[in-house]
Amino acid sequence: MFALKFDENLCKSCTTCDCLVKCQYMNFETNDAKVEMLKIFKGDDSSVLQDCVTCYSCEEYCKRGNHPFYLITERRQEKGILTAPRAITRQWINIGEPRGKYELGEIKEKILSFGFMPQFLQSVQGKLFDDDMPSYVFGQEFFCNVVYIHFADTSIIKQRLPMVIDNFKKLRVKEVVFMHDECYAAFTSLAPAYGMEIPFKSVHYFEYLYERLQELRDEIRPLNYRVAYQRPCSNRLCADTHHFVEDIMKLIGIDLVQRTYEGENALCCGSIFRAMYGYELANDVQTRNIDDMEENGAEYCIFNCHGCQNALAAKVAKRGIKPIHIVELCRLAIGEKPDMEVA
Amino acid sequence: MSDIIRLLSEIVGPQFVSNQPEELYFYGRDPGLMSAHKPDCVVLPKTAEEIQEIVRLAVSEKIPVVPMGAGMSLSGLVIPLQGGIVIDMKRMDRIIEVNENARYVIVEGGVSTGLLKAYLDRNHPRLRFSIPDSPATATVVANVMIHGQGRLSQQYGFNSDMVSGLEVVLASGDICKIGSCSLSPDWFSKGAPLPDLSGLFLGWFGATGIITKAAIKLYPKKKMRDVEIFITDSEDFIPGIIYELTHTEMVEDINVFAQPLPMIFKDNQHVVIYYTGDTDEELEFKRKMIFHALDRFIKNKDGGFMSVASGMKETLLEMPQRSASTFADVTKGGGFEYSGPIIVIEKYPQCARKLDELAAKYDLKYHATARVIGRGHCMMFAFSFTFNRADSGMLDRTRQALHEAGEYALRAGGVFWKPTVDEQKMAIEKMDPHTLDLMKMIKKNLDPNGIMNPGNWEVA
Amino acid sequence: MKYEEIVHRCFRCGYCKFTSDYSDFNCPSYRKFRFDTYAPGGRMWLIRAWLNNEIKNSERFQEIIFSCATCASCVEHCVFPFSDDLVNIIIAAREELVNQGIIPPVVRDYLKSINIHGNPYKEPAKERGAWAHDTPVKSYDGHEYLFYTGCVGSYDEKGKKIAKAVGTLLAKSGVSLGILGSREMCDGNEVRALGEAGLFKLLAEGNISLFKELGVKKIITLDPHAFNTFIRDYPELGGEFEVYHYTQMLASLIESKKIPLNEYKARVTLHDPCYLGRHNGEYEAPRKVLRAIPGLELIEMDQNRENAFCCGGGGGNFFTDILGGGQDSPNRIRVRNAFDTGAGILVVACTQCARMFEDAVISEGLEDSLEVLDVAELVLRAL
Repeated sequence: MFALKFDENLCKSCTTCDCLVKCQYMNFETNDAKVEMLKIFKGDDSSVLQDCVTCYSCEEYCKRGNHPFYLITERRQEKGILTAPRAITRQWINIGEPRGKYELGEIKEKILSFGFMPQFLQSVQGKLFDDDMPSYVFGQEFFCNVVYIHFADTSIIKQRLPMVIDNFKKLRVKEVVFMHDECYAAFTSLAPAYGMEIPFKSVHYFEYLYERLQELRDEIRPLNYRVAYQRPCSNRLCADTHHFVEDIMKLIGIDLVQRTYEGENALCCGSIFRAMYGYELANDVQTRNIDDMEENGAEYCIFNCHGCQNALAAKVAKRGIKPIHIVELCRLAIGEKPDMEVA
Repeated sequence: MSDIIRLLSEIVGPQFVSNQPEELYFYGRDPGLMSAHKPDCVVLPKTAEEIQEIVRLAVSEKIPVVPMGAGMSLSGLVIPLQGGIVIDMKRMDRIIEVNENARYVIVEGGVSTGLLKAYLDRNHPRLRFSIPDSPATATVVANVMIHGQGRLSQQYGFNSDMVSGLEVVLASGDICKIGSCSLSPDWFSKGAPLPDLSGLFLGWFGATGIITKAAIKLYPKKKMRDVEIFITDSEDFIPGIIYELTHTEMVEDINVFAQPLPMIFKDNQHVVIYYTGDTDEELEFKRKMIFHALDRFIKNKDGGFMSVASGMKETLLEMPQRSASTFADVTKGGGFEYSGPIIVIEKYPQCARKLDELAAKYDLKYHATARVIGRGHCMMFAFSFTFNRADSGMLDRTRQALHEAGEYALRAGGVFWKPTVDEQKMAIEKMDPHTLDLMKMIKKNLDPNGIMNPGNWEVA
Repeated sequence: MKYEEIVHRCFRCGYCKFTSDYSDFNCPSYRKFRFDTYAPGGRMWLIRAWLNNEIKNSERFQEIIFSCATCASCVEHCVFPFSDDLVNIIIAAREELVNQGIIPPVVRDYLKSINIHGNPYKEPAKERGAWAHDTPVKSYDGHEYLFYTGCVGSYDEKGKKIAKAVGTLLAKSGVSLGILGSREMCDGNEVRALGEAGLFKLLAEGNISLFKELGVKKIITLDPHAFNTFIRDYPELGGEFEVYHYTQMLASLIESKKIPLNEYKARVTLHDPCYLGRHNGEYEAPRKVLRAIPGLELIEMDQNRENAFCCGGGGGNFFTDILGGGQDSPNRIRVRNAFDTGAGILVVACTQCARMFEDAVISEGLEDSLEVLDVAELVLRAL
């Protein structure tokens, strides 16, 4: 069975303990934070196991390459500490179950993976994707299953992710462009953390878009919008890709508004909070987040995750901020007219 | 029969009478599982006066008359069990009056729920009625006559509770007005403060008279609606959840459903909660109240609010819900039927378990659905099975499963809703004998010749 | 029977009968006959009963099956996954009846006439191009476009007027087009819709081979029915052409200022032909033309675009008239819809609709208040 590689010594020698110190949902000083992480490592009880809201951020805060959130998840599962109501966890696990209903495009050595996000079947079109489409996969068979860390369930990941890796392997692909952070992080962060081997090169769609936009530079019409970026939890698992947002925006003539909740301080979209904890936390986070977008003069809210978009699109639209996915924004910038989801 | 056809032709016009095999075939069955029985003829009247004449003719010839709307009860209530004349009411499609201030509408007997919805949306945007989830063809009158339920039943009871007046053609051929309209130009009450005579017709399936007009109450229509789905992994939590939700008095409607497919619904119980508001603030306030009402379930991890994607939301917010009909295609077979007892909500867990058991026993695809009626006073629980019309084995299994569900529901304290004739017999056997005598007396007096939808509520 | 495996899947819920907002029944035969048997669900159940020998092929059954106008409103509104095949199922049932040789005499006469005369009017082929005599439209001779007129445009009085208007407009706007005249054959759309698959194939193959022989690449049709069959049926028989309905041509000519328009003051309403709209999704072309005429006010009927109420002429009923007669005949209902908008002109984009409505205007006694004009006839007034 796959076991998490977690280096206790990295924690012991850590001087900042940012994993918990920077947490937006818990208050820890450095020393207490270290004590708590070490308790968790040893398998002792810790308030963190009860209080963590699964925002994934500690994976980014830890700059030493350890995996605090994966550890918390492991321990929660071992102790049977539920994050979400049982029905919610069950529903998510059922949704992701492979049922033989996947879709394959015309598979080449390089493919685009839509994971299990059907929206990409509509939006991934046009010149940006000309070189590779319709070389794509979609469906539960290619769904990374990382989302179950929200539900403190790594066993389902350990069971399914190797099958997903095997499904990619069967396609004999050399390079996979992942259209969602979680999928990308599955193969660049989580799988390695559990010692799973990945037989292909993983590319984040940010990088893919950035390169294509550079190639299509002559066709770009600067959009000159003021946009706020809704950074998803899953980008914390692949924080090294975050800079591409700014890079891409610069290329397409977008003014990314400076806001309180950006970068490491970004706020969750609230959808998981809502399902797990009900009204208050989700409402608080969403209200602060959208207030912040509005106060900083955003005309658009750009999304990198359709889960966030589903949670926030209507809410930002009510404030007069137009919701749009990054893929669609990039298509607009080269003069295309994507069919956009209406909030 | 040819004389009757000629006489009926004189009443409604020859093009609106048929005794051709095609109409006798079609009007001799409904989409459910009850055995077919051909009528002798089908007529399509335009006015109450024509119906009076048809009834008088039927009395003189001693032939049955069976009124029919869209024939969507699924339980065979419009199948002419003893032949006779099927009266398809759908040409009587006038919306006669909307009283905006007193919030009621008077419709003719064949007005569809779809037409009334469209009419109100266009002409009275601040008014609504309790739209059932039967197809839009279902008529308003048939729906109230079978004690249907709809989007407003959680707030105001059975759709028949919302009736505020009736016009009925009696078996004598006379027209009788029921409620305030019997002495007032205004159709605001079906009974009170008079003796409430509407019970002589509502729930009788045409066995005591033919409703040619009905007034139903209209209700404030808020500008916005939204929906949330609270899910739980155990049916045992459902009564408590409903108790809390109804306590808020913030909810438009509550439906519960469980079904094995698609996977997103597998193994969970779903409480669909609708709510309305005139402003964002009102809607948000209600949402907050609804969420907080269920905090204890969330805290104990016994349930939570699932994310409702925009497509699913659209489907749920639709009125009538077209997706309700598509259940008929789950086995690619064009049919579903349910046994739908009215029963107290605390019996939800046992009904849900029974449905699981029956589906496994008879190898059927199922759907459990419950609609809350009143502030938790009772619910309609549907033991619903979809079947393939072309698979006779499956039809038999479905009939057996429904029969068993019916027996179970009755034992559990339920009362059949829109019962098939078989269920009517089961109900009659169990009923208090004095109640039965009273029903008998009513039937005998209102239909001395036994020609009004005979076979239904037939008390031996 | 083709589609036999689907027929039992109809639940007869009746959504097929309605418009999208349920404000009215939109099935033309149901509106006329009002028995549920004449609605799509009724037909599905009766076809199944007939296939199972529970009912026999009777005059009534034939009337039920052949009164379907193939308008596809049911296809648009049915809630089930097999909705796309609803009209196909009716046509498949007609094919069975035709194969058995037991069909309504009016249908038989129509098919016979096409078989013998090549048109339903029993007129000689040489008359086909007569409408073009005093127009700039010439015989096809390697022109960029073939202008396909069809039977109604060639022989019907109103149809000929429209053919003339369209042909003249297009030719004067510099479109290189020619007609086949006496060489033109029936396109077969109604033959196919009436269930005579063999005769349809013969006609289609004849047309395809003639078009190919003449080097035709692009076709402009007068009639949406021909437009439909050229697009939907001919390709699988080897006939791949670039096909336009004339309203699409007019819209683009007007947009590119090749037809300069003057003011024409009128209040008009537009009827969407089923075979242009619902069957082929073209709702905008005729509207673009109307919106381009200065002074013209377009008032939509409640039932428009995908909810348009059929004139009752589709599916061969234009020729068989099974839906005709009485105030509930679809063309009379539709003319009343048009009149209720307050428009003085009912604009059509189909020769069959045009004729259906001209007749209905007379039956309704509206000759003084409602004029029936084709899109092209209207454009001519604005030149």
